[in-house]
Amino acid sequence: MASGFSDYLRRDLLLAYRRRGEAASPLVFFIMVSTLIPLGISPESARLAEIASGIIWVMALLATLLSTDGLFASDYQDGSLEQLLISPQMLAMPVLGKITAHWMVTGLPLTLASPLLGVMLSLPEEGYVPMVVSLALGTGCLSLIGAVGAALTVSLRKGGLLLSLLVMPLYMPVIIFGSATVQSAIDGFAWSGPLAILGAMLAAAIALCPLAAAGGLRLTSIN
Amino acid sequence: MPNTPLLTVERLLFERDDCNVFEQIDLEVGRGEIVQIEGPNGSGKTTLMRLFTTALQPTSGNIRYAGQAIDLCRYEYLSDILYVGHQPGVKMTLTAEENLRWMAADCSNSAQDALAAVGLAGYADIPCYNLSAGQHRRVALARLLMTNAKLWYLDEPFTAIDKQGVSFLESCMRDHIRRGGAVVLSTHQDLTIDGVRKCIIVPHGDQGGF
Amino acid sequence: MNWLTNWSPSWQWFHRLGSPRWFYQTTGRWLPWLSLLALALLSTGLVWGLGFAPQDAKQGNSFRIIYLHVPASFLALAGYYIMAIAGAIGLIWKMKLSYMVMKSAAPIGAALTFLALFTGAIWGKPTWGTYWVWDARVTSMLILLFLYLGVLALQYAFHSNEAGNRASAILALVGTVNIPIIYKSVDWWYTLHQPATIKLTSAPSMHSDMFQPLLVMILGFYCFYTVALFLFTRAEILRRERKSTWVKELVIGAQH
Repeated sequence: MASGFSDYLRRDLLLAYRRRGEAASPLVFFIMVSTLIPLGISPESARLAEIASGIIWVMALLATLLSTDGLFASDYQDGSLEQLLISPQMLAMPVLGKITAHWMVTGLPLTLASPLLGVMLSLPEEGYVPMVVSLALGTGCLSLIGAVGAALTVSLRKGGLLLSLLVMPLYMPVIIFGSATVQSAIDGFAWSGPLAILGAMLAAAIALCPLAAAGGLRLTSIN
Repeated sequence: MPNTPLLTVERLLFERDDCNVFEQIDLEVGRGEIVQIEGPNGSGKTTLMRLFTTALQPTSGNIRYAGQAIDLCRYEYLSDILYVGHQPGVKMTLTAEENLRWMAADCSNSAQDALAAVGLAGYADIPCYNLSAGQHRRVALARLLMTNAKLWYLDEPFTAIDKQGVSFLESCMRDHIRRGGAVVLSTHQDLTIDGVRKCIIVPHGDQGGF
Repeated sequence: MNWLTNWSPSWQWFHRLGSPRWFYQTTGRWLPWLSLLALALLSTGLVWGLGFAPQDAKQGNSFRIIYLHVPASFLALAGYYIMAIAGAIGLIWKMKLSYMVMKSAAPIGAALTFLALFTGAIWGKPTWGTYWVWDARVTSMLILLFLYLGVLALQYAFHSNEAGNRASAILALVGTVNIPIIYKSVDWWYTLHQPATIKLTSAPSMHSDMFQPLLVMILGFYCFYTVALFLFTRAEILRRERKSTWVKELVIGAQH
């Protein structure tokens, strides 16, 4: 049984590729919901510019949250999670592989599509580079934190809603520093500070979240 | 130590929510042996399999592999076992061959040959969502031809497979014990292999019943 | 982890501490004294704080709600750590009692967090002219309430007690790592966005006549928290151990 980091990274990418339509839905959600904002608030570009960075970050968060639910669900249902749990290697590594694949399928496309939304929401010019960089780091954090919630709720029948309740409070620092990075740049301040903190949070999450998620996955054999 | 049994289970108990699932279990499985776990529905056969595969931790009692507690030789033990559970662990979007190669990555045998042996010769390139439940199980059972594991744990391996499948599975087990391996399986079906030892598990608080 | 518990005789006390029966009997002896102490401290503090402490120069009498608000916020945060530590002990040493403590700490902590938010809102109306302000401390408290609710919801979502306990212990631990980060980041976020209308960040330096009753109230709340935690845990013990002989004897004894 293959059970290293790269094995699971490759497998999950292949699985996502085979179901491209499904894998693309967070991105579609991200773009579609963001277009509701001008309809709901105002099409005036000055007003949109003011809130654009926050909106894009909140939408990225929600899009990631929606897709986190499925991170371990299909493995749990078809029994391959059971096999993973009894593989001799350390469980955190394949889990990290799966999370990385999840980020590459959701967080990375969101990051790359964000300039498009920036244009649509008339984000000021100075905001683009910080937005892309902060989203790249921040969505990584979101995938990692979300994985802990997904692991804890995978064996529950209605885990999806509970999952969002669990991880939402944990997401808050990420969104604070993420949107602050963009806002600082727009306001003409140095934006390396909040970005550095975002990077530090990502580093801590890489170290801790796979362990917590692995602990959560072990509960599936009890329930 | 050729005489040490491959698997030794001593005074094994498992509590679920402060209640024992089954009465204490003692069991030895030597090389070249097949042990059939029997018990009524809900007696904890799957729980026992999960205890054997370390997915669950026993409340008390010991499980030893070749004389050593499995906590102390976890890597070695888990590398030497193979477990086929209720769910086949087959990914629907992968083809039969991809699934098999994934499940048995450390084996040099050809996945094509293994699939042919379980009667899925023409199906190697077909995504598994086009296959039936029985065929999924066959894909999972093809792993038995592609493994170096010494100890097999098969949880209800005969569900959803036909007569041919059953005889294929039995021949696999025969070959395996001839090579010095051992099999622990749970099933209600009687095997046609000679020398199968039975281990009856008694659900906790059960005074005989039927 | 077996070596930890089998290691030496000095761990015996730890094992005894893990026995629900021992806990039930010991806390049973402490409870009357602790309840008396809590009652005495709380009533002294309340009468002193509400009746005799001097008025605040700027806020008048409305400041007096801090005698409930501040102790509740203290215990709300401390309670999260108590819950998380109990959960960690349960995960590491597989101690049932400590899961019971964790399970009991969650609703108490959530209630105290809610009390802190509620009294804060009441205080906010005369002070800031509105019930709700996105102030750093208020926001952190709200997030703390969400964290508590998550642990509570997860606890009861599982069929198996064991799985529920372990899941909420893991979540509580993850939350523990996050709480300092959340507090710091909310603090920082607030300084960045501070609205011009609210300038109450520098807390008015407190006169010692106001501070002493507050101290009494905080001590009283700690005692009250301990009493509540004991009572919840004892109820949980009886529920979980209802099949054991000592609980049966206890119940029969109580009926006579």
